[in-house]
Formats: sequence, C-alpha cells, structure tokens
Amino acid sequence: MEEVKQITLHPQGRTEEYFINMGPQHPATHGVLRLLLTLDGEIIKRVDPDLGYIHRSIEKMTEHDTYRQIVHLTDRMDYLSAHINNEAVCLVVEKALELEVPDRVKVVRTILAELTRIASHLLWWGVTGMDIGALTTFMYAFRDREMINDIMEENCGARLTMNYNVPGGLMWDIHPNFQRRVKAFIKHFKTKLPEFDRLLSDNIIFRKRTEGIGVLSAEDAISFGVTGPAARASGVSCDIRKKQPYSAYDRVEFKEILDTRGDTFARYKVRIHEMWESLHIIEQLIDNIPEGDYQVKTNAVIKLPKGEYYQRVETARGELGVYVVSDGKKSPYRMKFRSPGFSNLSVIDHVARGYKVADLVAIMATFDFVIPDIDR
Amino acid sequence: MYDFTPMVEGINRWLHSMMPDAAATFAGWVLVALVYLALFAVMGLVLVLVERKVAAFFQLRLGPNRVGPWGLLQTAADAIKLLLKEPVGTKRADMFLYNLAPFLLIIGAMMALSVIPFAPGLQAFDINIGVFFIAAVSSVGVLGVLIAGWASNNKYSLLGAMRSGAQIISYELSMSLAILTMVLLAGSLQVSQIIEQQRDYWFIFKGHVPAWIAFMIFVIAGTAETNRTPFDLPEAESELGAGFHTEYSGMKFAFFFLSEFVNMFIISAVAVILFFGGWMPLHLDGWTGFNQVMDFIPPIFWFLIKMSVMLFLLMWFRWTFPRLRIDQLLKLEWKYLLPMNLVNLLLMAFIVLMGWHL
Amino acid sequence: MSYVGEIVHGIRTLLTGMAVTGKYFFRARKEIITQQYPDNRDQLRMFERFRGEVVMPHNENNEHRCTGCQACEIACPNGSIEIIWDRKVDEKTGKKKKYIVKHIYHLSMCTMCNLCIIACPTDAIKMAQNFENSVYDRSYLTKVLNKPGSKLMDGIDE
Ligand code: SF4
Ligand code: SF4
Repeated sequence: MEEVKQITLHPQGRTEEYFINMGPQHPATHGVLRLLLTLDGEIIKRVDPDLGYIHRSIEKMTEHDTYRQIVHLTDRMDYLSAHINNEAVCLVVEKALELEVPDRVKVVRTILAELTRIASHLLWWGVTGMDIGALTTFMYAFRDREMINDIMEENCGARLTMNYNVPGGLMWDIHPNFQRRVKAFIKHFKTKLPEFDRLLSDNIIFRKRTEGIGVLSAEDAISFGVTGPAARASGVSCDIRKKQPYSAYDRVEFKEILDTRGDTFARYKVRIHEMWESLHIIEQLIDNIPEGDYQVKTNAVIKLPKGEYYQRVETARGELGVYVVSDGKKSPYRMKFRSPGFSNLSVIDHVARGYKVADLVAIMATFDFVIPDIDR
Repeated sequence: MYDFTPMVEGINRWLHSMMPDAAATFAGWVLVALVYLALFAVMGLVLVLVERKVAAFFQLRLGPNRVGPWGLLQTAADAIKLLLKEPVGTKRADMFLYNLAPFLLIIGAMMALSVIPFAPGLQAFDINIGVFFIAAVSSVGVLGVLIAGWASNNKYSLLGAMRSGAQIISYELSMSLAILTMVLLAGSLQVSQIIEQQRDYWFIFKGHVPAWIAFMIFVIAGTAETNRTPFDLPEAESELGAGFHTEYSGMKFAFFFLSEFVNMFIISAVAVILFFGGWMPLHLDGWTGFNQVMDFIPPIFWFLIKMSVMLFLLMWFRWTFPRLRIDQLLKLEWKYLLPMNLVNLLLMAFIVLMGWHL
Repeated sequence: MSYVGEIVHGIRTLLTGMAVTGKYFFRARKEIITQQYPDNRDQLRMFERFRGEVVMPHNENNEHRCTGCQACEIACPNGSIEIIWDRKVDEKTGKKKKYIVKHIYHLSMCTMCNLCIIACPTDAIKMAQNFENSVYDRSYLTKVLNKPGSKLMDGIDE
C-alpha cells in the first residue's frame, strides 16, 4: 500500500494518514487475517479486514458430502469449539429427521460442550494475556487446558478435531474414566481460576489497558449482529442456551452472564465468569448421566426430507447457525453456516476507530477471533 | 583484603617496565578494551541464558536444556548461529544509518559499563562525575533505536522507534532525579566515593523513606530505559512484530538483543551502587560478629549477589506484567513519577539538612 | 480514588501478580508441565481411543478380515481409501468371490474422522495409536494396508 492520502495542511507542516498492513502474518491476528489499518500516528482512523487467506469452501464441500461426512468438516471451522460445531450439525439433522436422541446423549453432549467452552476460553485467556504483554499467562492457561484435552482425547479420540457426535447420538459410549477425570478437572480448575484473577484481571496495568477501551453499545452490537460473550458484555442477552435450549441446557440451572459496560474489560470479565458458569453446569450433570443408549440407529446414508432446516447453538464465541436446504438427496442442496466470528469481525472497524494500535490488539483479543471460523 | 588495586597497579607497572610510557599507556587501553569486550560477550551470553531459564521456570517450563549440560551452551550456540546468518535487510533502507544503528546502541552500553566498579580496584574509569556519566551515555542508546527505526524503511519499525524516543526521553528524567536524590545523600558523583560512603550502612537504610521511594522510581524508570516489559513498547511483539529491529537479522539483530541485556546489567549495577552499597558487605548496627562474617565474603561476590537479585527482580517484572500503552506510559511518568520524584528530592534534602541520615 | 490511594492500590495489585508467578517460580521443579518429547518416547502411551492412523490387523497366519466390500471407501469423506479388488473362485465353495488386491490408504489426506472404521462391516480396519507420522517424502504416506500375500480369514463373509 504505497498510496498515501493527504488530509490536512498545518501551518507548521503536513500530517499524513498512512496505511499499515496488520497481517496476514502478524502475531496479534492469531491466524491469517489481514487488517488494513489507516493510521494517524498511533491513532486508528479505519480498519479494513481482508479475508480469504484460509478459505477452504467448507460450505461448498458440504454439497458433495453425506450428512455423516459433513460433521467432520465442521471441526475445521472454529477449531476451538469443534465439539459444539459437530453438535450443531447433528442437531439440525436430528431435527429434520424428527429424531429424539436419548437423554444420555443429550447430557454427555452438554458436558462436552461446556468442557469445550472452558478449553476455548482458557486458550483465549492465555493469548489475551500475551497480546497485552503478559507472556506467562499462556503457559498457565495451557496447563489447565491440557487436562481438558486429555479428557477429550481419552473419550473422543482426538484433542481438537473430536468428531465425537454423529447424527443420532455419539460415536461411542463415554469412556469409563470420563466422570472421574472431569471431576478431577473441576476440582483442579476451581483452585486455579481465582489465580487468573490475581495474576491478570486485577492487575492495574491490565485494567488500565482494557477499561473504557473499545466500547460497543448494545444497539450497535445488535445491528452488527454481534453475538456471544462480546455482545453479552454490552448487555445484549443473546445466549442461545437460554433462549432456545438444546441438548440438556433446559434441565440445568445456570446464569447468563451479562455486563453493561461493553468495553474490552467487560468482554474479558464475561468470559471469565462464563468459565465459572460452565463449571457449574458440568457439576450438575456429571453425576447424573442417565443410563441408556448412546446412539439411535440411523440409516447408513441419511437423507433429509425436502425442506429447509435451521438450528443455532452457542459456541464459545457466539451464535453458530446451521441452515440446511435439502432436496431429499443424500447431500444437502445448500448448507450455510452463520459463524459468530464473521459477524463479530464486522464490528471491529466501528469499535476500534479512534483508539491506538495497542488498543486494537486488546480489542481483537477480547473479541476472540478464530480465523478459520471467519473464513470458512 | 580482597582489593584488586595492587593487582591492577602491578600490571600497569609491568607494562611500563616493558615499553616506553606512551606505548605502555596504549597497551593498557587495549588491554582494558579487550577485557571489556570479553566481559560484554560473556555477560550477554550468560544473561540471555539466565533470562531464558528464569522465564521458563516462571512459565512452568524447563528452558534450554539440549546444548551442553543443562543447556549451558545454548546461547553460545545461538550466538554462533547468528554470526553465520546471512544478513537480510530491506532494499530501500538507508544503508549507512541502517548499519550504524546497532553500533551506536552497543557503544552507549559499553561506555556506561566502563565506570561500574565490580570490586575495589576493578573499575576502568573512575571519573569524578561517574553517575552523571552513566546517565548521559546510557541515553545515547536511544539514538541507535531511533535511527534503526527510521533507517529500516518500515512503518512498524518507525512506530517502535518513535515510541522509544518518547519513552526514553521522559524516563531519563525520572532516572536522573532518582539518581540525584541519592547523590544528595552521598554528596559526590564519583562512583567510588558513593560506595565508600556506604561502608557502614547502605544508602537504602541510611536514606529512610525517600531512599525507598527513590529506589522504586529508579527501578521503574530503569525498566523503561531498558525497554523491558511492562515498558517494552518499542518492540511490543504482539503489536509491532518486533518494533524497531523488525528489519534486522543476523549479528546486527544480536547487537540489539545483547544491548538490551547489557543495559539491564547497567541499570542493576547502578541500582546496586546507589542503594545497596556496590560491593560493600551488609553491615548491621551492633552485630559485630555478624559484620565480621559478612566482611569475610569477597566484595566481588557481594556485588554479584546483589546484581543477581536486582536482575532477577527485573526478570520477574517482565514475566508477570502486561504492557502499558504509550499514553499511559507518558502519563505514568509525567503525572506520577515526576511529581513524586520532586517531592522526594525535597524530602531527601531535608533529611540531609537535618543530618538524620547518619 | 485519591492520588495516593491509586498509587498504593496499583502497587498492591502488581505485587499480587508477582506473588502468583513467584510462587510458581519457586515451585517450578515440581510443576513443570512440558515434556521432554523425543526422550520420553518410551513412556508415551496414547489413549486407546486415540485416532492416529488407519491400520488393518493381520493374524499370525497373515490373514485379515477385509472382504473388499468397499464400504470404507464410500464412507470416507475425502477419498483417502482406495480399494483395488478382483474376483476369484473360492476353493471351498467353488463360487466366485470378491477379494482385495490392494487396500490403499492415503494417510496424507486422512482426517482421522473414524467413519471408515464405523462403516466396515467386518471390523477389518481399526485406528492405531501412533502419532509420529512425519516422513521425508509424501509418497511414504500412501500405504497398502493388506500385507503382501495375505488372505481373507476364514468364516468372514460380506
Ligand atoms: S479416518 Fe476418515 S478420512 Fe481417514 S480414511 Fe477413514 S474415513 Fe477416510
Ligand atoms: S476394510 Fe472393511 S469396509 Fe473396507 S473394504 Fe475391507 S471389509 Fe469393506
């Protein structure tokens, strides 16, 4: 970007706005996202996100895959909420087939989804600390995340791309160690979470870096379609788990975390509280996994009846919608994923204008972008 | 007992007996330069290694442990790697300045190093304005940073360099004022004199509250001067890639990297000299036996122990705190440190005036 | 907050943070979370469900359970499995029967989704737990799962 636009003429001299390419290879974008920044000194005048660096046309690929095969593609969208993405596809297929899955499946799915949420928020916490300059947070977060990854690996067979949900239930029954390990994790994590607050949340530098920065009003959050913790920090109640309970969320008691400040710190705080809430949900379910089948038998090749189906779920970053148009064949006619990251990214220009480059990094961190989720 | 003065003088006399006076003086200079170069290299390597190990322990990792026993040779291997690396730079950089910048930085650091006494007699350059000299030459480094950022022809570098300029110029003030507070107490700018003043008690005890405040301010300003977290805005890797040295590679990058550690060493050394009595052992009032035991430890060890504690403190900061933003950085200086410093200076002057420091 | 109060509060929060990292520094020996990877290879055991690579177990007589039904090939979302099959006359029954010439598996394309394993009616393939799959040439990642000269186990039918 060589072109430079002149804006004002001062008697003492000229100041110019200039462009800077943040990304596609930049430590703060956590992936191949390119932000075109227009800066005046350090002040951000404009942010232009540029996408497409890891577009894999997952939506197009679904049109050639059977419904069973589609599930594993969604692992690769928001890889930090892989389990929840899988669940979304399975739920939409089950909805279309009017299949009622056993309670056991619902409960296990919910537990795993909440574990995924904690794991995702943990990674987010680690890298947020890093983005703001506290490098040590990363390792502490990964220590705890490793326990969840182990649970996932033992139970689902993979650490990130679990592919444990299949239309109609789960791939296997839960591992005999599952409950014990989850309980051990809860016990461990309850002692570590307050430490996170002591290390980072209460830190005066961190507070000053985040409070009052990147304020997003509730109206703007709604009009830009922001969802998830980012919207809830602005006071928009949008938790799908509450609004349209799926799986076992209607039988557990939990709070929807809301904040009204809408700044970077509010988004941070909402996520921290969500980890507590997720722990709370898991605690309610882990001892009460109902007996029963882990799968409803479905045809080897699933064909959805003609029609349009939509299901939304709450991933760690917001509302994931799966929209299927079926023409009765074994693959969908069209499948559209409404990913939370894409809508959340759209607001970045609005939020970051007028703040400094360093603030943009903090804002980006608390919107928690996962680039493959934005760029399917 | 552990004085190095006879040894140094011995070498000097031996040189003079061997050759004419002018040549001997010159040979002396060369010798000192060589010693300092070696010191510089060793110190850089050791500090980088220590920093990496300490960081690793803070982060529940093991740190370098592959090259040599416990990874002791890791940084040496890295240095060799950097030496052998192809220097990659930008085409449209201002080549002269681009190449000059790392040397400016390193020269500033080396000069400051020369007035630091490691033990009685082990000091290259005991001028009567020693502390002032350190404060003066250590700010030459910022020129190197500014030039590096400008000459690389990279906007990220430029941003980093500009941040660095604003930062170092502001914090220079705090640092000098903190030094000044202690100079009031010492009544001298000469490093050896300042240390001599602390023979009975260190200044941190003698100066009461103002000394503690000055120490605090000095550590904050010192961290800022060395561009370390929480003040590492010029490099801020999550914001600017690598800031002012983004475009440097190979040995030139290593110079930037080393100079950070040497600066850190200097800051700790000055803190030790001003507040903890340089190489003076710890003495407590009325504990004669204890004091004798303390005297038994050679001064060079005292110096190194105190240095390690200071360096560890700086590392601890780095691996705990998030980074400030540029406006907060300046606000901290001008709205908090500077007024505090001025009041503190008055307080210290009052204490010295009343003679309470003895 | 007052000017002085703010300073004191700030310093206190900083010290709290330092206490957290400091605690870990001094306990670091016990709490190391990283592993000395290539050294501890022998101790590393993956969980039994871990999906590392598709393999076809053979018994001691060099027999496998694959009938060549191609269910896995169809189930695979990305064409990682190719079956080359033929028909030959079974000695016992005298009927023509399908058998595999080669069960080709492209590890380089496999996403470890487990669909082939589920699809296989005779449990001829399963997931192995190895995780060190890197090689110097991509062609090594194309594997033939049935061993040379192997044949179908008795009593397995399509
Ligand atoms: S695991 Fe999945 S991708 Fe791999 S071969 Fe089997 S079906 Fe194909
Ligand atoms: S591995 Fe199983 S599914 Fe695949 S061809 Fe052989 S028997 Fe059929």
